[in-house]
Amino acid sequence: MSIDVKKRKKSGPWREVWRRLKQNKSAIFGLIVILTLIVVAIFADQIAPYGYDDQNLRARFQTPNGDHWFGTDNFGRDIFSRIIYGAQISLKVGLLAVGIALIVGGTLGAIAGFYGGKLDNGIMRFIDILLAIPSILLAISIVAALGPELRNVMIAVGVGSIPSYARIVRASVLSLRDQEFIEAARAVGASDTRLILKHIIPNSLAPLIVQSTIGVAGAILSAAGLGFIGLGIQPPLAEWGAMLNSGRQYIRDYPHMTAFPGLAIMVTIFALNLLGDGLRDALDPRLKN
Amino acid sequence: MNNKMLLEIKDLAIHYITVDGTVKAVQDMNLEIAEGETLGLVGETGAGKTTTALGIMQLVPNPPGKIVSGEIIFEGENLIGKSPNELRKIRGKQISMIFQDPMTSLNPVMTVGEQIAEVVKLHENVNSAEATEKAKQMLLKVGIPAERSKEYPHQFSGGMRQRVVIAIALACNPKLLIADEPTTALDVTIQAQVLELMKSLKTEFNTSMIMITHDLGIVAEVCDKVAIMYAGNVIEYTDKVNLFTTPKHPYTIGLFNSIPDIESDVERLNPIKGLMPDPTDLPTGCPFHPRCDKAMPICSTRVPANTEVQMGHFVKCLLFEEGVVR
Repeated sequence: MSIDVKKRKKSGPWREVWRRLKQNKSAIFGLIVILTLIVVAIFADQIAPYGYDDQNLRARFQTPNGDHWFGTDNFGRDIFSRIIYGAQISLKVGLLAVGIALIVGGTLGAIAGFYGGKLDNGIMRFIDILLAIPSILLAISIVAALGPELRNVMIAVGVGSIPSYARIVRASVLSLRDQEFIEAARAVGASDTRLILKHIIPNSLAPLIVQSTIGVAGAILSAAGLGFIGLGIQPPLAEWGAMLNSGRQYIRDYPHMTAFPGLAIMVTIFALNLLGDGLRDALDPRLKN
Repeated sequence: MNNKMLLEIKDLAIHYITVDGTVKAVQDMNLEIAEGETLGLVGETGAGKTTTALGIMQLVPNPPGKIVSGEIIFEGENLIGKSPNELRKIRGKQISMIFQDPMTSLNPVMTVGEQIAEVVKLHENVNSAEATEKAKQMLLKVGIPAERSKEYPHQFSGGMRQRVVIAIALACNPKLLIADEPTTALDVTIQAQVLELMKSLKTEFNTSMIMITHDLGIVAEVCDKVAIMYAGNVIEYTDKVNLFTTPKHPYTIGLFNSIPDIESDVERLNPIKGLMPDPTDLPTGCPFHPRCDKAMPICSTRVPANTEVQMGHFVKCLLFEEGVVR
């Protein structure tokens, strides 16, 4: 016990988080799945047995077998390979769209919550306007205006989820800003920027992390939705949502065409949520035992 | 009193302006603190003690708070009207503050070492390693093993957290320490330890101190001078010996009377009758007159001025004011 305590004291704050995260088995499972997906996405060229656009019209609609683990689609493309390449795009869209929303929404929310008054009113009414436009409509108009390519899909999906991050950050900043330790930090001469970055944001990470992990999932789905109406990732690029949609018309006869992309999305989102929950617990030292 | 004056408060008035009315939290306040001296600020909840402290730090929440008039002169410079940047350099470095509740005045997600090091980094030209080293030294000074600097506030007890808060407040060797009821949230034995610690550190660093409290026992223990506050006014201001031997204001006398005497056997305590007035709707004239034993008809119409009854002993009461028809 005493050895354990000593060891713990040597570690830095991130090692501390890692130590607590390690104890949470489901979070580690989520982390392993996400890391595997990232590795698979990076080495897609080496791992995938076929190219994502290798058509073989003689091998259309094959059910899973030794050559094509997940079967083939209506053009005879290998679904397993397409899912591997799809991981590249889906993960990129998911992470970057959430990144955009988190940075823009978080900054706006933090400023609005911290300073209050007219600035708060102005920013939050702008957020309300964004919120009033259906997010898919907003995404459609942004992609339509900028052109359907990967970068614009990320921007479109990201902008659509700015309001939820702004609201979450603002709410937690509001509840934190009048706490005594904020006043105490101010009383030792900390600047506003420092108060927000060092004292308020770390205390409001928990809801943000949960929202972000769920947000990645949502972003992947939104990108898929855009793909469905032809404004998302353009074929023949593989994207899970687009694969799901293209398999839709064959779902009665060849359910494997939708089942595998669907499973890929589900597993990714599930893993992200497990990891998010675990991270939230690990980042909150009050839960430490 | 031949020491150099560190802080002079002149005619200070701080109001909270709300839709329900204006709260005159501090009115017509005049105080002085010399170097190395301890001033006790005593009063009931809502008397304006904390507002005074925040006023000195220039941290009165605005809106609704507003410093309406007066000067706060610290080392010859008026703090009112200084730019936020200048004030940041003074806070924590020259004037620091200990808050009432150590449970809430530490950041729960930063280690205590980081929190002490933060002050040092903000005000002294040091790198992270030096600041961490300084933080450990400060922890030792307040009687906490340096190894515990990597721990989070929730791993400490209330008394130890207050020690951490004291370490933060004294890390940059400030000239003035404002302690806002530093022992109210602690139990009695820990109170004594913390007070003892504050006294010894104060002597070591030659820090002046404003001790905000409602406990006259603490005043007797640590203060040199005392200001008694009631409804935003300093109603009696003198040195400790005068206050305890010859209190003048009926409110001060009432406070002393309500302390139970351990020797005598009485059935009931002897409190001051009535309650603190509604701060948005203070009585006319002297704010204390509805509760005062010695109230005269004139008390409800005339606001008492600050009267020096003897050298260095100020009372705000019409009983002692000259030229009042009694």
